[in-house]
Amino acid sequence: MSGINELLKEKGWLLADGATGTNLFNMGLTAGEAPELWNRDQPEKILALYESFLEAGVDVFLTNSFGCNRSRLSLHDSEDCCFELAEMSASLAKEAIARQNCKAFVAGSIGPTGEIMEPLGTLTYARAVEYFHEQAEGLKSGGADVLWIETISAREEFLAAQEACQLAGMPWCGTMSFDTVGYTMMGFTPRNLVELVSEIDDKPVGFGANCGAGASDLILTLLAISELNPELPIIAKGNAGIPQIKEGKIHYSGSPEIMAIYAELARNAGARIIGGCCGTTPRHLEQMKIRLESTPMGSKPSHEEVRELLGEPSFTPGEKTRAKAGNRRRRQKK
Amino acid sequence: MTDEEDDIILSELPDDELVPQMHDDLYDGLNEEIVEGVNILLERGWMPYKILTEALVEGMRIVGIDFRDGILFVPEVLLSANAMKAGMKILKPLLAETGAPRMGKMVIGTVKGDIHDIGKNLVSMMLEGAGFEVIDLGINNPVENYLEAMDTEKPDLLGMSALLTTTMPYMKVVIDRLKELGLRDDIIVLVGGAPLNEEFGKAIGADAYCRDAAVAVETAKEFMARKHNQMMATA
Repeated sequence: MSGINELLKEKGWLLADGATGTNLFNMGLTAGEAPELWNRDQPEKILALYESFLEAGVDVFLTNSFGCNRSRLSLHDSEDCCFELAEMSASLAKEAIARQNCKAFVAGSIGPTGEIMEPLGTLTYARAVEYFHEQAEGLKSGGADVLWIETISAREEFLAAQEACQLAGMPWCGTMSFDTVGYTMMGFTPRNLVELVSEIDDKPVGFGANCGAGASDLILTLLAISELNPELPIIAKGNAGIPQIKEGKIHYSGSPEIMAIYAELARNAGARIIGGCCGTTPRHLEQMKIRLESTPMGSKPSHEEVRELLGEPSFTPGEKTRAKAGNRRRRQKK
Repeated sequence: MTDEEDDIILSELPDDELVPQMHDDLYDGLNEEIVEGVNILLERGWMPYKILTEALVEGMRIVGIDFRDGILFVPEVLLSANAMKAGMKILKPLLAETGAPRMGKMVIGTVKGDIHDIGKNLVSMMLEGAGFEVIDLGINNPVENYLEAMDTEKPDLLGMSALLTTTMPYMKVVIDRLKELGLRDDIIVLVGGAPLNEEFGKAIGADAYCRDAAVAVETAKEFMARKHNQMMATA
């Protein structure tokens, strides 16, 4: 295996990294530009980003390869560079570790294609596997220790990415973005994810939630996952609050202090690999690490505690009522 | 709430049962049933605009509420929107002939670097359903595309969508350029997408942030009414 499990056993929890895209903005990436192209065009900046995470003390960090698939890179006329850019993202990560002379696991980021899969959309399962496989092989060749599927919202896409990791013969992690009132955009629940992972033969190193809609939501999602007592380690990688504009620049509402509380609550809620997503800077990670190291494992937080400590979540778990009450004559598709 | 399931013969239902049944069929994303319902109402002498508003738009309004409340999700809403589209296909030429009111014109597109168009497509379909003319620029639009479409189409509204935190700030790039060119006041700018929020919409200088397609339609209508009132006041 990747060695992550061993370290996890030894330490009890692992610190993962923060944001890639939004941190690159602070280094001059402009909106609409593909962050992945910087692996080739601005490698010193990618190294600087990786090294900033390593300095913050992460145990595992993601490569700048989220969108290294044909579907996304075609927007930038770079669809033929998927393998190469993915490979660079991982080899730069290895270089950053060497330069910092430290130890950390390189996790090859695999984000969604952005397309909708059949039957609703046009992307076939086979083509999705092909896209992800190309990216997975690039990451493997660049030296990634593990592949990390993230921000997925559809079941089929999660499975396609997983199959690609298996084809590449790589250990993998997988997280989904539960950004729509506690569900993924496609209506997938935390319970669905637990069940899906239990059905997959090639077990992940860990699985869980990333991105989403702020720290409170993410903790509620974790609680919904850990309630089912899954055997595998749970991953938490939530956003540092919500995006705001300050002085013309993007800024996230969650302070390092808030993210420190989030990290503690995430661990207490059952997460074992804890990091941030959009808006999470090395400053946030430093505070998260201090907090995780200085507080003992506590009991699972209640929903009230989450609300009090991290703010109002965007949804209330539980029954929902349909807009149209009364008799609804439901029919099946012919 | 009961979800009955039985054989329903649409043509045997009186109007006051057929229309609610069409709402239910839209909810379940049943294309053929919607087409059938639209044709029956036409045969019964309903004006196309009345069918559009009372059967289709009202049905999608209910879908919109349950989408907003997290009861329906993108897959279900896409099916509903497709059923609506099937009904619209019949009504569209008839609406033009019968001189149905035109609500306004919108140019819409996903911003540069972003491939996601689910939300944008839903907004397009629901706006068309609500009587707007929609010019869809598709995905990955640099500022030049929006400017060109504004020049050629002379829309009342501009809609921008983004699903990534790395592409979302591009909306500000577009709005800033409109300001530079002195075009900002000529157009109503609506923005949307999962990572956005109301405050963000305001901060980048949009007229409104719309959290989902149903809200987008309501907001577009509201702004058009305001624009209309202003024009009346200054005329």
